[in-house]
Amino acid sequence: MPTFLQEASHKRQALLDVLFRNLTRLAAFGVLALLVAIIGSLIVGSMPAIHAYGFGFITSSQWNPVTDQFGAWIPIVGTLVTSGIALLIAIPVSFGIAIFLTELSPRWMRRPLGIAVELLAGIPSIIYGMWGLFVFAPLFGDHVEPWLNDHIGTWPLLGPFFSGPPMGIGILTASIILSIMVIPFIASVMRDVFDVVPAMLKESAYGLGATTWEVMRNVVLPYTKIGVVGGIMLGLGRALGETMAVTFVIGNAHELNQSLLMPGNSISSALANEFTEAVGELYTSSLIELGLILFFITFVVLSLARLMLYKLAQGEGRGA
Amino acid sequence: MFDLYTRRRIINLASLSISVLTMAFGLFWLGWILWTLLANGLPHLHLSVFSQTTPPPGSTGGLINAIFGSVMMTGLGVLIGTPIGILAGTYLAEFGQRGWLAPLTRFINDVLLSAPSIVIGMFVYEVYVVKVGHFAGWGGTLALAIIVIPVVIRTTENMLRLVPNSLREAAAALGAPQWKIINFVTLRAARAGILTGVLLAVARVSGETAPLLFTALNNQFYSNMNQPMANLPVVIFQFAMSPYDDWQNLAWAGALLITASVLTLNILARVLFRQQTTHH
Repeated sequence: MPTFLQEASHKRQALLDVLFRNLTRLAAFGVLALLVAIIGSLIVGSMPAIHAYGFGFITSSQWNPVTDQFGAWIPIVGTLVTSGIALLIAIPVSFGIAIFLTELSPRWMRRPLGIAVELLAGIPSIIYGMWGLFVFAPLFGDHVEPWLNDHIGTWPLLGPFFSGPPMGIGILTASIILSIMVIPFIASVMRDVFDVVPAMLKESAYGLGATTWEVMRNVVLPYTKIGVVGGIMLGLGRALGETMAVTFVIGNAHELNQSLLMPGNSISSALANEFTEAVGELYTSSLIELGLILFFITFVVLSLARLMLYKLAQGEGRGA
Repeated sequence: MFDLYTRRRIINLASLSISVLTMAFGLFWLGWILWTLLANGLPHLHLSVFSQTTPPPGSTGGLINAIFGSVMMTGLGVLIGTPIGILAGTYLAEFGQRGWLAPLTRFINDVLLSAPSIVIGMFVYEVYVVKVGHFAGWGGTLALAIIVIPVVIRTTENMLRLVPNSLREAAAALGAPQWKIINFVTLRAARAGILTGVLLAVARVSGETAPLLFTALNNQFYSNMNQPMANLPVVIFQFAMSPYDDWQNLAWAGALLITASVLTLNILARVLFRQQTTHH
């Protein structure tokens, strides 16, 4: 080939290289632009509500579309309480499942069981909602809540939280269903981080005569502490933003009750129920501000989760 | 009461039994939910579900317009989201060694991966539905595409990182320019993994309800992409919440359909990925 043709071909390839690199860079930049656009549009949309109510929006527990009085306090508390209770149930269960999958299960059962746990995460949230409303809530209201009323409901400190009409739907039901939904997320992160513990560390402990539980408690858990907390935060992020399952069973009442058996509301369920039916600028804009608050809370939680998981990944191989 | 060894043995036995119980606890819910779906959905899964459109209350009908809408929006959403996701994932894996863009994008992407989908729905409502003045199938497609992108980015990057560097070096030594190395060597080697990611993304968005509620909404009839469009999740939501028996029955049939397809996709993706990776 004559040299001038070769040079032309080189130039063309170099140009294609630059084009391709910048195309991929543009796509990566698009993700950042997307985030900025989401936050920007939510802020613009909630401007009328921010002007009208200012900072008091967050602390006001008013929610009255007729008089245009809106406050976010009840949904915020509902979101935090349901997610908190969900974690209380999900953390020990996920820890148990992760121990089972990494230490106890026979090798041939690990994969099918791991997939089964991940399928639990794959079931769409609306299915959890339907099952919760039609199957779980009635049983829970008929059999478990009366028992809670009679036994824990009479205790001095915890009592008020567990006494009330056993209706089936309410904050506690929503929390339990949320916990089932986040268990697979937390359990699979825990399993993955337990797997990075060097076999030598565990074997040394076993060699010294430690029991399986002692190895988990005193070797594996300290080694993977950051990753475990990261996994829990990831589950929390999921629980906070979960919409459809909660919408079905929380009862959607804009009221603040001490009893966990009473209906309540969460940010996401308020949005799902009211957004398409909201009339008037202030109503819509208040709902958008609720969305902005939800996005802010989950963003902070998920960021912390990711930072912790990155930190664990960096420390990998460097020893405890 | 007990000596040290017995006590340690008892604690060990107790905690390991609890671990087995938690595993059973997790499987118990899975079994219960699947059983509920089969028991309530199967009896109502008539042929008419696949041949008639959603009925007004009190008359018979099916879900075909909702199935059609779901397939259209999911398909188009994945079609739009996948190329963007693959390109961005390629940037992170192949060009992301230096600079601020790659680490920041990786971080933001991991956060968006679990961001509440209802907020994505509100975003599309603000930038699309408000601008065109009505709910539309394209809005739903857009919202689903936004949810697809982070899933595809994550798997593309992970899979490209598994491709051994010696492959890239061999291609470079033969004089291939970088765009050819990536397109014809590394992306091709990671094909199975990336396909798994796309399948998982399809599974993820086909059950999404919240973002469609604000964008595509619902329609009793067939519709084109510029009108409010029926889709399985929103139909299930509205029918399940209704007081009419035949609507609720259709909702169960739809719920069974959607869960069966999502779980099949999930299992298919894993089996496919395992087959491809054990061949190497």
